[in-house]
Amino acid sequence: MTLPLGPTATTTTAESVRRRSWLPWAAARLGGVAFVLWAVATVTFFAIRLIPGDPAEAILGGPGSQASREALAQARKDYGLDLPLGIQYLHYLGRLATGDLGTSYSLRSPVTTVIGQNLGPTLLLAVSSLLIAVVLALLLALWSSRSGRVAAAAGSVLEIIASAVPHFWLAIALILLFSTALGWLPPVSVPGPAGLILPALTLAIPLAGFLGQVMRESLLDALASPFVLAARARGEGESGVFWRHALRHAAIPAIGLAGWAFGSLISGAVVVETIFARPGIGRSLLSAVQDRDVPLVLGVVLVVAVGYMLVTTLTDLADRFVDPRLRERS
Amino acid sequence: MTALLSVRNLSVTFGAVAAVHDVSFDIPAGACVAIVGESGSGKSVTARTILGLAGRDATVSGSINLDGPDLDGPDLDGTEVTDASPRRLRALRGRDIGFVSQGALVALDPLRTVGREIADSLRIHTNLSPHQRQQRVIELLESVGMPEPTLRAGQRPDELSGGLRQRAVIASAIALNPRLLIADEPTTALDSTITAGILDLLAGLRERGTAILLISHDLAVVSRLASHVVVMRAGVVVESGSTQQVLREPQHPYTRDLIAAVPGGHAHVGSPAGDPVVTAVGVTKRFGSRVAVDDVSYELRRGRTLGVVGESGSGKTTLARLTLALERPDAGAIELFGQPWTASPERDRTARRPRIGAIYQDALSSFDPRLTVRQILADALGSAATVGGRATEAELVTLVERVGLKATVLARHPRVLSGGQQQRVAIARAIAPRPDIIVCDEPVSNLDVSVQAQVLALLDGLQREFGLSYLFITHDLGVVRQVSDELLVMKDGVVVERGATEAVFAAPQHPYTRALLAAVPDLWA
Amino acid sequence: MKRLSTVAPSVVVSLAILLFIGIAAVAPNLLAPGNPLAIHPMASFLPPSLGHPFGTDESGRDVYTRIIHGAGASVLIGITATAIGLGLAIVFGLLAGLGPRWLDFGTTRLLEVLFAFPGLLFALLFIVIYGPGVLTSTIAVGLATAPGYSRIIRSRVLVVKRAPYIEASLVLGRSRFFRVTRHLVPNVAGSLFVLATLGIGQSIVWASSLSYLGLGAVPPAAEWGAMLSAGRTYISSFWWLTFFPGLFIVLTAAATTLLGRGLQERVRS
Repeated sequence: MTLPLGPTATTTTAESVRRRSWLPWAAARLGGVAFVLWAVATVTFFAIRLIPGDPAEAILGGPGSQASREALAQARKDYGLDLPLGIQYLHYLGRLATGDLGTSYSLRSPVTTVIGQNLGPTLLLAVSSLLIAVVLALLLALWSSRSGRVAAAAGSVLEIIASAVPHFWLAIALILLFSTALGWLPPVSVPGPAGLILPALTLAIPLAGFLGQVMRESLLDALASPFVLAARARGEGESGVFWRHALRHAAIPAIGLAGWAFGSLISGAVVVETIFARPGIGRSLLSAVQDRDVPLVLGVVLVVAVGYMLVTTLTDLADRFVDPRLRERS
Repeated sequence: MTALLSVRNLSVTFGAVAAVHDVSFDIPAGACVAIVGESGSGKSVTARTILGLAGRDATVSGSINLDGPDLDGPDLDGTEVTDASPRRLRALRGRDIGFVSQGALVALDPLRTVGREIADSLRIHTNLSPHQRQQRVIELLESVGMPEPTLRAGQRPDELSGGLRQRAVIASAIALNPRLLIADEPTTALDSTITAGILDLLAGLRERGTAILLISHDLAVVSRLASHVVVMRAGVVVESGSTQQVLREPQHPYTRDLIAAVPGGHAHVGSPAGDPVVTAVGVTKRFGSRVAVDDVSYELRRGRTLGVVGESGSGKTTLARLTLALERPDAGAIELFGQPWTASPERDRTARRPRIGAIYQDALSSFDPRLTVRQILADALGSAATVGGRATEAELVTLVERVGLKATVLARHPRVLSGGQQQRVAIARAIAPRPDIIVCDEPVSNLDVSVQAQVLALLDGLQREFGLSYLFITHDLGVVRQVSDELLVMKDGVVVERGATEAVFAAPQHPYTRALLAAVPDLWA
Repeated sequence: MKRLSTVAPSVVVSLAILLFIGIAAVAPNLLAPGNPLAIHPMASFLPPSLGHPFGTDESGRDVYTRIIHGAGASVLIGITATAIGLGLAIVFGLLAGLGPRWLDFGTTRLLEVLFAFPGLLFALLFIVIYGPGVLTSTIAVGLATAPGYSRIIRSRVLVVKRAPYIEASLVLGRSRFFRVTRHLVPNVAGSLFVLATLGIGQSIVWASSLSYLGLGAVPPAAEWGAMLSAGRTYISSFWWLTFFPGLFIVLTAAATTLLGRGLQERVRS
């Protein structure tokens, strides 16, 4: 039957609009990333010069470093500290562009080498923690959507407490429990999976608490929504409703948190790697701060910033993949 | 002949609250039965309970019997829904009983394509292969009058207009040719011209043998589709019978009030026109590349109501905002009392603003959530240009009583009031500074019919008492007929017709106006 | 007045915990009459017992007494850091939300850059420049939390700015100043209270984490972080030196977070 249809939505033009609108977004995004990286580099440039006292001393370990005259003169020459500020800045940017992050005086090797050696273990730790956290958060969300109100409230409280626990205390508690009392796991990180479990758990639990809260809210919203009612009215069972409908909705805000989660994991890695004596850039960063090894600190900060931008860009892409509504918006 | 669906003594309670109490009715095979009621009547709960979807905390008693062979088991006498196992219920849903839920706009998962949603019923209840399912989906979309079905099946709900979405929802509900289709407010939130199409679609289904349980608050829609009507109020059936009988000769006082409250039954009786208070000349407003209002002119006179009627996207709300000088026109100008209004800078307008007020569709969101009614009204009284100092208690009491509220409402927060009370508070706030003009943007669209009638009566009374002029925006033709002296018909930003209300209704000139009037199911036809 | 039955049990427990800690901060002698600095070398490293419920440290000082007396300093650090962070955030948030477009653009870019220094890293950067200590670590934590709060406040300002009731006030003829001060700011301030509650616990955690790493408060101050720092080397052997101060930090953080979330729920409904 043919009936008057009234205003129709954008029809076949929708497809071509979708394809065309991808490029300007990507360009804007790339521009934003470049800007932030440049700004971070600029901040680190000025960071050295903010330190009270002679920048050359700062590079060699702070005001009390007692570096020799020759070393100071060498540092001044290497970093061009006698040159006008503008030229120094350009040199700095140039060095960064070629991947030269300076030399760590405390470890007596190029910063890039130090970071290269330590980045792997930290990434391994971060990824494992993230995986554990996601699984935990999912399980909690699944469980609380099936059970009654009291259980859901208890689950919520548990998540909130978990998200508030500091890493160092959780590490101590886990060590006391699994190592000192039960003897199942080593208190200090050893190579291999056994040494990864406790550190990963320590990072994962607070993250799971946070992710769980976020997922739970959107999950409950989704389960109460009209389209889920419509799905049930079609004969969809509870598990179908969860996996086919609610989960995707619950995942959206969690994906949005990925950038923050990355930052939180790196922050946490500083503490966790130190407590478990595990090699990684977290621990290197801490020793660098303790030794006032400025080039190494700045190098790590820069690398982390790059990583953060990478994660947020990937997150944006993932967001657009999971929530197709975002694809058409500019 | 046994009814297809037989409901006996159904009661549904949520904790201590009885949403439905001792409700009984029958649905004959191939007939359309409507449950009519306002919000809180229990009609939606009844509909969901038939599918066993009342909710986890619901206690259900009584019997719901679906006639016909139990396709899953040995029982040839039908299924007792209230006793059925979850598995039996799941088999029932979608296959024997289809459900079109309220609010088509959100009844489809925004993250999935329309085709997938429709195919779900097929996936759950049949053994068709994915390819076969896809074929069937396209057939279904064709049968519900969806243009370009193959394209539409691959689109997501937000890419479709409201009417097309509703057709998709209906397609998913009838995928397996259920004997009974439950349609809960299928045309609410749809434009009138779209509504006509959906009603024709449902009528067609009924003619092909599908029984329909229609839930609606709209008596006109009911009269178009249903042969039997059940009137519910506060969870109880107050009257039932054939549509003809209930609507022409209502027995119960509530039914009589309900029918009397439907707007549009009689023409507006207005006061004689005074001088022009608002004059708009050639007003145009663009948002990006879209023209919201295109070269619109009008004149609002003292003591009169100018209605602006149109569907969504017609530009009527933008026109209201331009009249309130909340937007600046890209071309043309509006004058207030003969002085430049939209052309003036804001600081010159501030002093005159109390003379033109506004009430909105959603009264609650127009109140600062932190304030009580007293604070809201005191603030409004304090802004009157002539009144110096703070508002007295006596002034506040007079104000709320003038809009039909008791003085006890002053101490409360708007969010605990009913929709009708909230709108009354909004009206009180609007008249507090003694304005000459009030711009009303869909002020009764969110209200139940009986409350609607009361608010419209209030506005009418205030107009007579204070000589107010109204610019009344609405999509509801019945309302516009009842309240306005003159009207503008807008479509896509353009005024397609204007004139005295009765004249336009009696002899519409423009094809769009004719289509608009023809599309509305008329209770008094 | 709200009846007790409508208040969640978690909120009640949190309030009780915070009350206890509050008393410890203000009048520690009520809860622990001993002297936190009194040394008893013969009684060092005693495990938890009836006489010393949390054990003694390397100089024989009672850990429980030190924890109670250290509450004031730790809470003060938390409040100061939160005040710094929120103070900055209010400035940023209001500027970005209420100011001209370019100001919003600039502030948002600035925040984006600050976000590239996640959490502890910013604090560490600050400390490497200005040196370790209680003051620098407090300021560092405050600065590090500011971007997060700024973003929240900015979006709240934007939401309120566009709310229908602000426009309704304009229609009544109210000036911009009136609308901002009488409608916008009070509606934004509500969320500030929630942020502050959540923030104090978080700041205490971060500040104590820095102390644990040796970059914040130092012994013999009876401040929780300092106690952690001192006990660091003895984790496996004399675990109670770090466990119990840490436990109090956890309790404070958990209590403030539960309370803050509870407030958030109440505001939302």
